[in-house]
Amino acid sequence: MSPTENKLIVHSIESFGTHDGPGIRLVVFLQGCNLQCKYCQNADTIALKGGTSTEIESLVKRAINMKTYFGDDGGVTVSGGEPMLQSKALIPFFEGLKKEGIHTNIDTNGLIRTAEAKHLISELADLVMFDVKATTEEGFKTITGAKGLDRLLENIQLREQSKKPYWLRYVLVPGYTDSEESLRWLIETFSENNHLEKFEILPYHKLGIYKWESLGMDYQFKEVEENTPEQIERAFEMLKPHFKDVIVK
Amino acid sequence: MDLENTFKTGRWCKAIEVKDFVTLNITPYTGDHKFLEGPTARTSKLWDICKDALKEERQNNGLRDVDVNIVSGLTAFEAGYIDKESEVIVGLQTDKLLKRAMKPYGGYNVVKKALSEHGLKPNPVVHESFSKYTKTHNDGVFDAYTDEIRKFRSLGFLTGLPDNYARGRIIGDYRRVALYGINRLIEGKKEDLEKITGPMTDATIRLREEVSEQLRALSDMIEMGKIYGLDLSRPAQNGQEAVQWTYMAYLAAVKEQDGAAMSLGSVSSFLDIFIEKDIQDGKITETDAQEYIDQFVMKLRMVRHLRMEAYDQIFAGDPTWVTESIGGLLIDGRSKVTKTSFRFLNTLYNLGPSPEPNITILWSKNLPKGFKDYCAKVSIETSSIQYENDDLMRTSSNCDDYGIACCVSMQELGKHIQFFGARTNLAKTLLLAINSGRCENTGTQMVDGIPFIEEEYLDYAKVIDNFKIAMKEVARVYNEAMNIIHYMHDKYYYEKAQMALIDTNPKINIAYGIAGLSIVADSLSAIKHAKVKPIRDENGLTVDFQIEGDFPKYGNDDDRVDHIARDVVEHFNLELEKLPVYKNAMPTMSVLTITSNVVYGKKTGATPDGRAKGVAFAPGANPMHGRDTHGVIASLNSVAKIDYKDSKDGISNTLSVVPKSLGSTPEMRIENLVRTLDGYFGCNAQHLNVNVLDRDTLLHAMEHPEDHPQLTIRVSGYAVNFVRLTREQQQEVLTRSFHETM
Repeated sequence: MSPTENKLIVHSIESFGTHDGPGIRLVVFLQGCNLQCKYCQNADTIALKGGTSTEIESLVKRAINMKTYFGDDGGVTVSGGEPMLQSKALIPFFEGLKKEGIHTNIDTNGLIRTAEAKHLISELADLVMFDVKATTEEGFKTITGAKGLDRLLENIQLREQSKKPYWLRYVLVPGYTDSEESLRWLIETFSENNHLEKFEILPYHKLGIYKWESLGMDYQFKEVEENTPEQIERAFEMLKPHFKDVIVK
Repeated sequence: MDLENTFKTGRWCKAIEVKDFVTLNITPYTGDHKFLEGPTARTSKLWDICKDALKEERQNNGLRDVDVNIVSGLTAFEAGYIDKESEVIVGLQTDKLLKRAMKPYGGYNVVKKALSEHGLKPNPVVHESFSKYTKTHNDGVFDAYTDEIRKFRSLGFLTGLPDNYARGRIIGDYRRVALYGINRLIEGKKEDLEKITGPMTDATIRLREEVSEQLRALSDMIEMGKIYGLDLSRPAQNGQEAVQWTYMAYLAAVKEQDGAAMSLGSVSSFLDIFIEKDIQDGKITETDAQEYIDQFVMKLRMVRHLRMEAYDQIFAGDPTWVTESIGGLLIDGRSKVTKTSFRFLNTLYNLGPSPEPNITILWSKNLPKGFKDYCAKVSIETSSIQYENDDLMRTSSNCDDYGIACCVSMQELGKHIQFFGARTNLAKTLLLAINSGRCENTGTQMVDGIPFIEEEYLDYAKVIDNFKIAMKEVARVYNEAMNIIHYMHDKYYYEKAQMALIDTNPKINIAYGIAGLSIVADSLSAIKHAKVKPIRDENGLTVDFQIEGDFPKYGNDDDRVDHIARDVVEHFNLELEKLPVYKNAMPTMSVLTITSNVVYGKKTGATPDGRAKGVAFAPGANPMHGRDTHGVIASLNSVAKIDYKDSKDGISNTLSVVPKSLGSTPEMRIENLVRTLDGYFGCNAQHLNVNVLDRDTLLHAMEHPEDHPQLTIRVSGYAVNFVRLTREQQQEVLTRSFHETM
């Protein structure tokens, strides 16, 4: 199946999203990803095949039915997979939500640079959450299987210039992304950004392994240990003074 | 103190109108919970004794002690204490803590059976009396039951009917004793009796007899007070007495009756008026106020009835449904939340979590934020409370002084009662439609006029036509059973003590119910949206169903199936509404199962949704376990589509979430739970049980019950001590959907 303008290829829907953006959110996980992160929690969303072709109208209706739960800051998050792979269809989806006054958010790796993706980043989305996978191109390739840090930085810059709010999310992988050098790079690169509202540190965990195994895929980070509380605390203490709002998920 | 010179006067001074007193004198509280105090040393001492007694009860197969010599009644027992010196609120059902009593007027066989299960027998005098001379409710019902009703009952189409136990569900306005004193109540009832005159029709004669019974109960209540050295003939004079008097009135009810649900009503903000006055006058401190409430609640936790084991199948965990409704708004828009509302919730910390009293929050979007947040905190930390939609119930009945009877049933206090009717098995009713009116398990012809379905695949329109015939006939039999039951209950086990605290000619609703809604909705959805092939035995009875293709399932906010559920509820309710009811009660219906979803499932063959024979139903209006795959809100939204107007006795829904799925910090969890409640009730939903638990905690409790004596979990409109469920019921709770965020 391929995305069309009035349909999205959906992996699954979580109507009680409390971890992917502010408030209570309808999280639409889209099928298919342009990367293959070694620790991916949702390995079953990576394949470009599969998923359920879903009318945008029905997704908007689902969100409307949730309006009473949203309060002041809840809304819809598209996640994945990589939602920007379906950026063309996301535009009418977000426009439909906007018409209903529903807050929109994209959880993206930030590599896609299509005209539609840029439009979503610079204009349409009320919030963008960029995943910063690594702090060097080599590191990026090790974790995701491809280079792309430059494109991510361009997209973050685009969002910053559009003066709209965004968050960064950073998985703290022991031995890969938790060095002092990496953390310092984050501070140097982003601490001056005015519209970066929140910095989320995501501790590394292996909860998604069972999905890899059930798909018959090899989980290459098996030997990577989960963070110690001290490691998390250290990263938090280091980043905290430099950003508006730093939280550990 | 003369109450009329102490409090704002109004109609309540001329007539028995507690509501008027509350409206005029309530002090709404808008702050947070920081003012609350811990338990006093006396309270803790008492609770330690109770905990030991509870442990003894658990170790003794659920029965600590029972009196086999005395038939319970208001004045049957001497005074009983936990530890007299430490008690500021006194009174036990019998002369000893957790000692149960015989109340054989509902059915003597049940009492005998309950005792024999513990190797005991009633005293010979009691035995002779109830086997030779005294007729019971149960005897009367079975004298009048038709063969048809017996058949529907024994094959599991109608289950749990209150035909061998007391019906309960009536809420006395226990506040009246505190506000007026019993002498004034006797005066009122005497005036009423004088006005009930000829022509002497059945109804008039019956009412005269009933009011005379009530007068006798009021005199007994005064005597009961004297046993504890209390003068209940006069109004309460202060906060402590208001609590004590109210409890005594409730105690009279549970000494006389052992109804399935013996609810308390809505007493907290009434009591607050007396307590607040004492605090304002500097007579007591916050610690004293909390001590009254802690000790009152402790007594409510110790209420017990004698039950046989079979009873546990429909009402698991020995519940008493001392339902206390807290919060809500007044019609004038003011909040009914008072400091005593908080004090009641605080007992879940001072005494630890507990299923009883069944604390029910009447939720309005306009409740003060401090109270909403505290409720959410208590839910997250204790899983002990439930929520009902005050905005929906208050506005649809134009009433702001009501309690919840049992789990979900609204009742205006002192003005309105209900006739409890358990429930009918709607999934089994659907199978009648596919089996030419025969029971799928036995082949017994239950309903005539349903044609045999010959086609290989079920045709939706045909099944619906047949289902409508089946619903009509099942409704008819159900109604006949209910009329007999309530006629006989009035005749042989009339609730004289409770009715003495209710207006003489109250409104009545008859409370029908259904079980298996999600099974019916999913089955019809499968027939409509997939292809369903019945597998039949040599007699043409369905033994299984083959489903080809996928179909929308109830619990995912999908109108294609949710509207089927909504329409079935509407249709069955309309069928019930057509039928004549004893005492001209108003027909209402609930979607509620208590824990009978397990036994109903056992009695029901395979269903077209793919559910295998014997598998438990989902409780209440819940989606079937594991089929709600789009998260909490999609699941809630499906249930919210069932229209309250079609199910005015309540629509029960139980939500279980793991703590982390509510959010990553304690503050976020509170905020998100409050939003969830605002959101759900904003969709006009009626009821929600909230459990915030990890499955692992329950698994641990199954293996190490001694480590979790107070672990409480909401099931279907009530809460239980998890460790007091049977293994099978524990397993069933574990199979339910525990929502975890991806």
